[in-house]
Amino acid sequence: MHAMLHTLGRQTLGILSGFGDFALFTERSFRSVVNSKRLGRRIIRAVYEQGAVCLPVILIVGTFTGLVLGLQGYHVLSRFGSQGLLGALVSLSLVREMAPVLASLMLVGQAGSALAAELGMQRNTEQIVALETMGVSSHGYLVAPRLITALFVFPVQTALFVVVGLWGGALSGSLLLGVDSGVYWSSVDRAVEARDIRECLVKAAIFGLLSVSICAYQGFHADRNRSATGARAVSAATTRAVVLSSITILVADYIISSFFI
Amino acid sequence: MTDRDFVLHVEGLRKGFDGRTVLEGIDLGIPRGSIFTVLGPSGTGKSVFLKCLANVLQPDGGRISFEGRPLGHDQAARAEFRKRCSFLFQSNALFDSLTALENVSLPLEQTTDLGDTEIRKRSLEALRQLEMEAFHDRYPSQLSGGMQKRLALARAIVTHPELVLFDEPTAGLDPLRRNAVFAMIAKYQRRFSFTALIVTHDVPEALVASDRVALLNQGRICFEGTSSEFSASTHPVVSGFRDSAAALGGDLASIREESLVTA
Repeated sequence: MHAMLHTLGRQTLGILSGFGDFALFTERSFRSVVNSKRLGRRIIRAVYEQGAVCLPVILIVGTFTGLVLGLQGYHVLSRFGSQGLLGALVSLSLVREMAPVLASLMLVGQAGSALAAELGMQRNTEQIVALETMGVSSHGYLVAPRLITALFVFPVQTALFVVVGLWGGALSGSLLLGVDSGVYWSSVDRAVEARDIRECLVKAAIFGLLSVSICAYQGFHADRNRSATGARAVSAATTRAVVLSSITILVADYIISSFFI
Repeated sequence: MTDRDFVLHVEGLRKGFDGRTVLEGIDLGIPRGSIFTVLGPSGTGKSVFLKCLANVLQPDGGRISFEGRPLGHDQAARAEFRKRCSFLFQSNALFDSLTALENVSLPLEQTTDLGDTEIRKRSLEALRQLEMEAFHDRYPSQLSGGMQKRLALARAIVTHPELVLFDEPTAGLDPLRRNAVFAMIAKYQRRFSFTALIVTHDVPEALVASDRVALLNQGRICFEGTSSEFSASTHPVVSGFRDSAAALGGDLASIREESLVTA
């Protein structure tokens, strides 16, 4: 019993210490912006990584999400003779939940995993230590531009997800299943309010901040893993980054939704 | 020598890991403008010593002074030290996603307020002095081991440091390349007048290139003096280390002769 309590206490302290360390890491990264030089160039690079590189996957997933919502929504609504509400169903599903969550998960899968692996490799090959010995803040140089970028690129990608998703819904609902196009778009227009869009964008920004922080933290500290070293440590850090970010996005989604509803 | 003659002064430096002591109180003064080599067998804590000096590792105790100013927890002194000191890693630690020119430019871009044109000019000049200008647009993976070493040195000297720390600069290199690396360090140390602190276990090359050497054994400095004093020393640890290095050279020569006869 005593041993069990001891183990439980030690693990709880370990988890709390991990949260504290993560919070300090994020805070230090933001604080390092103050003395960071040529930040703009690195933000442009981060916009390319999180924006241009991830755009195809956002457009593809957004389109097919809209297509499926249109298809499923049409068949459910037609049971009640309410096919005219298809636009409202597709738009509210996308704006309130699916776009911020799915777009963020896609961004984590592509940009987040790449970030964790890149930082893990840089840790492994002493590039991060080299920066510190040069008097360059590794947080400011490597992490801060990605965090700042996530605050606006995640909402922009989410907005694009919504737009292509609505067109996907229109494609399956109007073009393939015969719902009048005017009825579909006017239903979208009536259903979506400013607060829905605000909720969508706020969620996307928070998911971006959380997931990029987690991915950066895992990659940055890839050497802390005692059960693996070298390439395996990088692989483990990348896996942990994607899994923890995905879980965090879903948990945060529930918490933020409960505030907005 | 007085404190003013030393660019770096270490007193009672201690460091351990998980209850195992690696450095047991190092006392050392690095004379200004010299090539100072810390010798020692593998696993004696040479790299740990160097990383404590560069603040990559936090020492458990002792005092490190740069230009007579203790570093300790004084952030301003630490920042000043970093500005005037460069570190050459055993692995070179080059940024693999940046070109040679971008690697050399990075410390200037991030630690100075120089304009882009001036940074490019200084970086190309550093590359030219190390005969690397023609490869300025190559990535580190496209360069040979020796060129990577020169690129790392170009990045280290571009900020005109007063002290350059070399961590096992010849690790994993064949005897010819080891000679070339030490010759390169000696050549550029004279050209740029920085103080070089090298840790290595390559005795013959280090003795030729260095002004002073120290021997680290079991966490302590057991010898310090000139290269000729090291060669003539009758201290049992010094002679033991020197003889084992010479014996290894002899073994390697006989293996080479045997393989030539067999062939």
